[in-house]
Amino acid sequence: MHIFLAKRLLVAIPTLLLVSVFVFFLQKLLPGDPVLALAGEERDPATLEAIREQLGFNDPLIVQYLRWIGAALTGDLGTSLRTGQPVLELIGQKLPVTLQLATMALGIAFLFGVPAGIYAAVRKRRAGDYTANFIALTLLSVPNFWLGIMLILLVSVNLNWLPASGYVSPLENFALSMKTMIMPALVLATGLAATLLRHTRSSMMGVLKSDYIRTARAKGLAGRNVVLGHAFRNAVLPIITLTALLFGELLAGAVLTEQIFTIPGFGKLIVDAVFTRDYAVVQGVVLCTAAGFILLNIIADVLYVLLNPRLRAQL
Amino acid sequence: MSSAVQSPALPKKQPSRAWRSLRRNPSAIIGALIILPIALLAILAPLLPIADPNATSWTAIRLAPNAQYWMGTDEIGRDIFSRMIWGARASLLAGTISVAIALVTGVPLGLLAGYFGGWVDMVISRITEALLAMPFLIMAIALAAFLGPSLTNAMIAIGLSAMPIIIRLTRGQVLAVKAEDYVEGARAVGLNHFEIMSRYILPNIVPPIIVQAALTIATAIIAEASLSFLGLGQQAPAPSWGSMLNTAKNFLSQAPTYALFPGLAIFLVVVGFNLLGDGLRDALDPREH
Repeated sequence: MHIFLAKRLLVAIPTLLLVSVFVFFLQKLLPGDPVLALAGEERDPATLEAIREQLGFNDPLIVQYLRWIGAALTGDLGTSLRTGQPVLELIGQKLPVTLQLATMALGIAFLFGVPAGIYAAVRKRRAGDYTANFIALTLLSVPNFWLGIMLILLVSVNLNWLPASGYVSPLENFALSMKTMIMPALVLATGLAATLLRHTRSSMMGVLKSDYIRTARAKGLAGRNVVLGHAFRNAVLPIITLTALLFGELLAGAVLTEQIFTIPGFGKLIVDAVFTRDYAVVQGVVLCTAAGFILLNIIADVLYVLLNPRLRAQL
Repeated sequence: MSSAVQSPALPKKQPSRAWRSLRRNPSAIIGALIILPIALLAILAPLLPIADPNATSWTAIRLAPNAQYWMGTDEIGRDIFSRMIWGARASLLAGTISVAIALVTGVPLGLLAGYFGGWVDMVISRITEALLAMPFLIMAIALAAFLGPSLTNAMIAIGLSAMPIIIRLTRGQVLAVKAEDYVEGARAVGLNHFEIMSRYILPNIVPPIIVQAALTIATAIIAEASLSFLGLGQQAPAPSWGSMLNTAKNFLSQAPTYALFPGLAIFLVVVGFNLLGDGLRDALDPREH
């Protein structure tokens, strides 16, 4: 297992390095001079040149890249132009908010998508199956920022049941935090719930055709026991690994949800940084998201091996 | 002797079978029935007898739908119905152009990686993996931010963000096809790499790429609406469904219907392309049956 893990981590290093190359050179594509943004009102050529020299912008690009990646490896992703805070510190403040939102969304998606997928597989080509597929198509196609707006209109503006925006930490007030986050989490969960429904259905349909399921039924086991005790245990494996992969998508999807519900998370951080031309933050967020994504890929691979007895035996 | 004489026979194409299957597929028909009228309205927008989408009226601010303004008016008295039709142009254009960008860049790279293998494959595959490690929307936002906010740049950003999926799909299909006898035959008779790729491999990997393209249009339309919603796509005063939603969210209590129509339109078009993609998959890929 250790060797398998070490191999996966080794393969991830060049990928992450390439991401860092993209992220760094993307900023160099900028049409404007970043020094002008840093200098503010100052337009004296000598001052501008001094800033350029101080920041190392006169060095060859490769030297600049090596200096940037070297600092990034030690946790220094630069400083935010807007707040003056280190980028890593900013990400550390915002990430827990988004993780809470994404975890709640994942829970909701799992609670709906997996049982609905099992139901659709068992009721194959019957009304229940068609209904589940219709719901999945609807959830996949609805733009979640629009769904968010409609829910605010209905639940917050008209019914006054839940707050329309804001964030409360669960450590401060757990009940209020859940009340504030449930609607954004529901919105974020839609696409994932649909994907889980479709994959669970497809995975269960494959397993339900197996010989051992036929044998279990022939032995007289009750339908519920066959479906949940035998079929689902084997169908759940790809679903768990898929969930690990989709968690990364949730972090990205949170960008819009946080914008609609004014949640001060990771997604709102990148959008605010884009509009204030705070490129160190944009670079930092993209790099950290990619690193998180690669890590989730590795977790998915490891889970797949750990949960599959045949693969585990080969290690 | 011309190479055409020596070339091994290509597998018989049966477009009519795929077409017949597509015409019988309820998903594809419903998808096409949703997309076609909206596409027609978008194309014919300049010829339709509708109000100027940018004409303001200070006497008709935030009106509810009525006989004169079928979908009401916005915060500066513009006709929402007219802006919806012109907004369809932005959405459909963004969907198709960005997918075209993804195809034009992704298919050749996938072909090269799959066909040549070796270091070409290694370089392209590593770059693809790195691009796939950056989530679609985050990458599109970062690119749109770096390129500057505009519909054109949003289309480029979405196209480049969708490209790695096309590269990976094309590469996989090429790997499956290049081991076929007719490709081996083409190589044996001395056809050059370009001829083999363009005449023997590309035509046989088109169906899954078409399916993916239809599904990616749906993703691209949502991505364009998302970028415009964030202010990184279509810029004011030009209409787009995403930017209309962005404005509408500020007037939820005063003009609730304003937010309804652009969202419904995005939803309908995306459902249409998803259904069409599913139908195309059933018709073009027999393994899915």
